[in-house]
Amino acid sequence: MYALPLLSLAIWIPIFFGLAVLATGSDRNASTARVIALVGAVLGFLVTIPVYTGFSTELGGFQYVQKVEWIDAFNVNYHLGIDGVSLLLLLLNSFTTVLVVIAGWEVIQKKVAQYMASFLILSGLMNGVFCALDALLFYVFFEATLIPMFIIIGVWGGPRRVYASIKFFLYTLLGSLLSLVALIYLYFASGGSFSLLDFYDTPLGMNAQIAIFLAFFMAFAVKVPMWPVHTWLPDAHVEAPTGGSVVLAAIMLKLGGYGFLRLSLPIVPDASHALAGFMIFLSLVAVVYIGLVALVQTDMKKLIAYSSISHMGFVTLGLFIFNPQGMEGAVIQMISHGFISGAMFLCVGVLYDRMHTRDIGDYGGVVNTMPVFAAFFMLFAMANAGLPGTSGFVGEFTVIMGAMQSNFWYAFLAATTLIFGAAYTLWMYKRVIFGAVANAHVAELKDINLREFVVLGTLAVAVLVMGIWPQPFADVMHTAVSDILSHVAHSKLPGQ
Amino acid sequence: MQYITPLWPAFPEIFLLAMACVILIADLFIRDENRGLTYFLTQLTLAGCAALTWVTASNEPVHTFSGMFVGDLMSDVLKLVTYFGVISILVYARDYITLRGMFRGEFFALTLFATLGLMVMISANHLLTLYLGLELLSLSLYAMVALQRDSAQATEAAMKYFVLGALASGMLLYGMSMIYGAAGSLEVTRIAGVIADDGAKNVVLVFGLVFLAAGIGFKLGAAPFHMWLPDVYHGAPTAVTLFIGSVPKLAAFAFVIRLLVQALGVEEIQAHWQQMLAVMAVLSLIVGNITAIAQTNIKRMLAYSTISHMGFLLIGICAGGLNGYASGMFYAVVYVLMSLGAFGMILLLSRQGFEAENLDDFRGLNHRSPWYAFLMLLLMFSMAGVPPTVGFYAKFAVLQAIVEAGHVWLAVIAVIFSLVGAFYYLRIVKLMYFDAPEDTTPITPRGDAQWLLSVNGLAVLAFGIFPQPLMALCASAILASL
Repeated sequence: MYALPLLSLAIWIPIFFGLAVLATGSDRNASTARVIALVGAVLGFLVTIPVYTGFSTELGGFQYVQKVEWIDAFNVNYHLGIDGVSLLLLLLNSFTTVLVVIAGWEVIQKKVAQYMASFLILSGLMNGVFCALDALLFYVFFEATLIPMFIIIGVWGGPRRVYASIKFFLYTLLGSLLSLVALIYLYFASGGSFSLLDFYDTPLGMNAQIAIFLAFFMAFAVKVPMWPVHTWLPDAHVEAPTGGSVVLAAIMLKLGGYGFLRLSLPIVPDASHALAGFMIFLSLVAVVYIGLVALVQTDMKKLIAYSSISHMGFVTLGLFIFNPQGMEGAVIQMISHGFISGAMFLCVGVLYDRMHTRDIGDYGGVVNTMPVFAAFFMLFAMANAGLPGTSGFVGEFTVIMGAMQSNFWYAFLAATTLIFGAAYTLWMYKRVIFGAVANAHVAELKDINLREFVVLGTLAVAVLVMGIWPQPFADVMHTAVSDILSHVAHSKLPGQ
Repeated sequence: MQYITPLWPAFPEIFLLAMACVILIADLFIRDENRGLTYFLTQLTLAGCAALTWVTASNEPVHTFSGMFVGDLMSDVLKLVTYFGVISILVYARDYITLRGMFRGEFFALTLFATLGLMVMISANHLLTLYLGLELLSLSLYAMVALQRDSAQATEAAMKYFVLGALASGMLLYGMSMIYGAAGSLEVTRIAGVIADDGAKNVVLVFGLVFLAAGIGFKLGAAPFHMWLPDVYHGAPTAVTLFIGSVPKLAAFAFVIRLLVQALGVEEIQAHWQQMLAVMAVLSLIVGNITAIAQTNIKRMLAYSTISHMGFLLIGICAGGLNGYASGMFYAVVYVLMSLGAFGMILLLSRQGFEAENLDDFRGLNHRSPWYAFLMLLLMFSMAGVPPTVGFYAKFAVLQAIVEAGHVWLAVIAVIFSLVGAFYYLRIVKLMYFDAPEDTTPITPRGDAQWLLSVNGLAVLAFGIFPQPLMALCASAILASL
């Protein structure tokens, strides 16, 4: 039916171009490297457009399926396919990659080829995670993303980058190694298959389910990150270069949410139900407590990092209340958070490139020298606070609606974020942007250039479109969400 | 029983022995400036062996020398990997030994004799043959470690290696004599037959097994018999460390398979040695990974990393079953590939009067040479077991086998300690990529070493993306040989 293996192209085009960029070598060819990287990123995005247009919103199950034998010995297949949820994340990832390449255009002057290559390869690998239908393939892509990210934080990061990169790597590796053992266990439980679809139909006893759930939890909770395993994220964000922060917040965190959705919920539904209270508790702690932590930050990047954790709390909350609103809200929140957090980090990046400080105290009165920037920043800050009309509102509101059906107090606690979110975001905005010009450095600031305008403008459009007209996003995933919910509703305990 | 047994399974060994003698004598008449000739003869000999092994390879096990020697698919595969390994070792080491005055006939003759020892071990079907191969290997290695006569460190390492190695050989012999007492034969297949017939209640047999396990632990370098390893790796000239740290593990694997699986693989006895191996495996993982963190010398660090890798390999063997042994064999082959690359890189960075043996010597390698830094990055991530490198599949296969055997807890211990292990591999990547170089001397290896090292590093990635052929080869080798 489909002539081109579009999903494979979406995975391998960025990786191939990444390697091509790497081959340009030293910084003497930096401009060639940038051009090739841009071409690769744009091509990678272009191939996802026919995936979207050719996607049927009615069909259940997975589309664009491609299955090739890979490792016979363990019955592992190169098995790709997407449903509505993966489609959205695929689009988000390919889209963000283009912006990241443009955002790093002149900011990065050191080892340009390696920088661009890391991002392209990372993008391809993450597309792989979203498309994989084979557990081992999923795991390989999931783990492989650590290598480029480790390099990105460590090479182009801030002063404490070594600490941050190693912490990032080890933290996430621990979780994923345990989930590897769980996957191997499932391989035997399902009678010798690594296909996720087979895992969905494998009956499992309660103890096994709980153990597997906890192993997956270690892998995905660290990635999301959920309280209390979130401590790597502020470190990683603060030290990462702007592009790294953008990809980290916009896409990498989604790997965790996606993992819960694709693996934990359908494979171990009974354990998911049994431990839902625990997951909701952790999510609410993230929403409320981390929201308060964000309030006291003095470093802008750290503030946005904590705000990310708090917003990702909505995702896990939405997933574990097991109703359509909750889950759709969670997915919309993932996409919207991808746009908003990416935009926020880019805004901080714009300031940092000019002032080389992220401390809120060093700023004040930026609106006087950078009015256009201030307008964009305003929009994103409002979106981050969940203002109606922006994408941030849609996701949070839907999740809160879902939570309300489940338990009033869940909804009540989750809704406090509308207050805390507004408080920490707008207070930071006020201190940075408004007021009198704080010092001579601020007085010398130049407004954003065309390149920055394009990047921020594109994101602003995305945030507004999704906020005003979320229908196309929601339509795509209705079927996928009801599929997943039917898996979750169906007990897998033997003898039932 | 045939009176005239076919000799062809042993042709590669016979050819190698003949050529080693020829090289030893021919070298006497070669002047120093033409020493390259010895080198080429040695490489040619190894290539010839590979061709012979290829031609004589057979799917069915073939016995010769009255059942003392066996040629089967496992031995063929392991031997071919060994030749490839030794050829790479000589290529990598050429510059290094030339600059340190070791580019002499002895080095090549000893290398060939050690290789012969490996081959005999791999193909042994009799405990005495096994011992013979082992001693030939060990004695050659003792001499190679001490080859740099004016280095006190090397002499000390050789002494330590010799004393402890002799002790381990003694234990092995003692164990073998008890096996002989219990089973009445030293031939691998017959021992298995006798035990199967009599039932395996014999206390002497189990007692002998303890000594064998200790000997094996020593030869593999598994804790708690690992003490010699860091000192020898550190003290020996890096070219020799490259040898000790790579190909002998293949023979050690074959040794374990022949001795424990083929001769003593009866279920009741198996339960005994599986327990012993499991203890050694867990200890190796703990000692290897944790101690490696504290090292500042990269050769010592890799020595401890070897210990932890051997722990993983032992877990595969513990798992038992064709799957377990196949995963062990795959692990051994992959380990050789990785350690060749890693030690090859150390040789590459060493030059006249400078040994690149501290971790700090890798500082800023990405600035000096992005290509070699990239290769080392692949090797390190492969050792840490991060996909998409082949090291991941080696660990994965072992974990899969052990979970199949029902020991999920062993799998969990293994992954937790491989997390600990990831730290010190990451540290090398950190030094190469995140730090500025202290030493900016350009890296100028010979063309062939450069190419081979690139192939070696990329193979780690290529086998990681397409692990199927190598895995299938190991699986079919084990299937055909057991």
